[in-house]
Amino acid sequence: MILFYVVVAVLVVVITAVYVSWRAGRLDRLHHRTDGARTALDLALVRRSSAAYELASSGLLDPATSLLLADAVRRTKENGAREDVFDRELAESDLTRALRAAFTQPEFRLSLKDNEGAEELVAGVEAAARQVFLARKFYNDIVARTLEARRRPLAQLFRLAGHAARPVFFEMDDALPDE
Amino acid sequence: MRIGIACPYSWDVPGGVQSHIRDLAEALIDKGHDVSVIAPADDDRPLPDYVVPTGAAIPVPYNGSVARLSFGPLSLNRVRRWLREGNFDVLHAHEPTVPSLSLLACWAASGPIVATVHTAMPKSRVLLATQGVMRSALEKIDGRIAVSEAARTTLVQHLGGDAVLIPNGVATHRYRDASPLPGWPGEGGTIGFLGRMDEPRKGLAVLLRAFEILGQQRPGLRLLIVGPGDPADARAKLPAALRDRVHFLGEVTEEQKVQALHSVDIFCSPNTGGESFGIVTAEAMAAGAAIVASDLDAFRMVLRGGTAGELFRNGDAADLARVAGALLDDPARRAELSVAAIDAVRAYDWSVVAREVLSVYETVALGRRATVGVAT
Repeated sequence: MILFYVVVAVLVVVITAVYVSWRAGRLDRLHHRTDGARTALDLALVRRSSAAYELASSGLLDPATSLLLADAVRRTKENGAREDVFDRELAESDLTRALRAAFTQPEFRLSLKDNEGAEELVAGVEAAARQVFLARKFYNDIVARTLEARRRPLAQLFRLAGHAARPVFFEMDDALPDE
Repeated sequence: MRIGIACPYSWDVPGGVQSHIRDLAEALIDKGHDVSVIAPADDDRPLPDYVVPTGAAIPVPYNGSVARLSFGPLSLNRVRRWLREGNFDVLHAHEPTVPSLSLLACWAASGPIVATVHTAMPKSRVLLATQGVMRSALEKIDGRIAVSEAARTTLVQHLGGDAVLIPNGVATHRYRDASPLPGWPGEGGTIGFLGRMDEPRKGLAVLLRAFEILGQQRPGLRLLIVGPGDPADARAKLPAALRDRVHFLGEVTEEQKVQALHSVDIFCSPNTGGESFGIVTAEAMAAGAAIVASDLDAFRMVLRGGTAGELFRNGDAADLARVAGALLDDPARRAELSVAAIDAVRAYDWSVVAREVLSVYETVALGRRATVGVAT
């Protein structure tokens, strides 16, 4: 009879251990995926800056719009190098707003119609902006799931997150020019 | 002359550049010139008839804050039409390094162009590649004006070459008449101060120390302080008994400022340095205030060596208290100084400044022998 209780106790311990280590593995995977999504977002942001800069320096826009976009791009580059996420979010949001202001100018597209290469440049910026929109959506989604998993009582009790840094949402205005 | 002026910022929004352009345009019109100002403005608001509105400016992030600017193809078309119809002898673009109607006008125009730079900015703001676009617009400028030494440095750094320094004028007629704020200056006397409270070179600390001396001798004396900053910081520098006798108006409208200048027995400019011209002091002079200023070279010059306002030893609160105290006791001397100040400040009136600007126009037009047109 005693043997039976021992076997049950051992089984409970083993099952718990397996379960906990499975949760730990999942949490670890979530953190890794967060890192991956973050890299994708960073790349998308850099790509958008480059596309906007190309358009600004193409000589196809009026000088005021060019200067406006170039200034916004410069600020994203300055703040991209810095650690402060808040400044970065602000600079990226400002680029979104500058692009939106430029693209929604009356006659903006009309004025570019007959210019060689203009359509490609504008399309390039729009595609990059859409990528930013998607990459941020995916990143914030995985951050939400990771945070949720970290909050579980089991994860807290066994400190399953270990030393992995707590991921943070990336908040910015990324509404596309045409929406 | 037929003069076309391009204003970068919304006409409906108060600002230094806008008032500069308004006062310059009106001074030029007074001299019999034809002036047209193109500016972002709502068409449905009442505007002076020399202003050509291009529609409301669009709020857009620029240089770390949100500015209301005009840009884009429609604005460019409007600028072109204005240039074509205006047939100007000279185009005067203000702040041409801001993405605005001014930059568009420089870019779109041919012929004699004058530009005025108002604010200093670091070179990093303009990227190398857009300097291509910028340069083709800015290289056309024949005559450059800077309103301050700092602005001049900016201009020289951006574009190379040099600029004429023509400081802001004072629209003295706007300051001449106003009714004092209700309850001011009062029986016990009032000393006024206008400027940033937290900028040490404006010298509020010196005035507060002098008030500590004067306030104890004169139970009715009050201090009227206009300008941005934290009143609590300023109050803390005074003994508790005097704190209630300092009044803070904070930031005020143009009209309130003029009223405030008429609400004091003495206007004090305790600046300890850095004041190249002292526009605030000149405005107080135009309002006919009796001035007590530190003996900086700039003030000594504006106040005609002390005949249009009293001077005290720079930074010396005891000397300020002595000079201001004597003046508070002598209404006849105050009246004398008021008349002298109004007379002395005429040299800084917009009508005089506009003459200098005109000579820049004339010089530039002389060299070009063509009127302003649209570049092809």
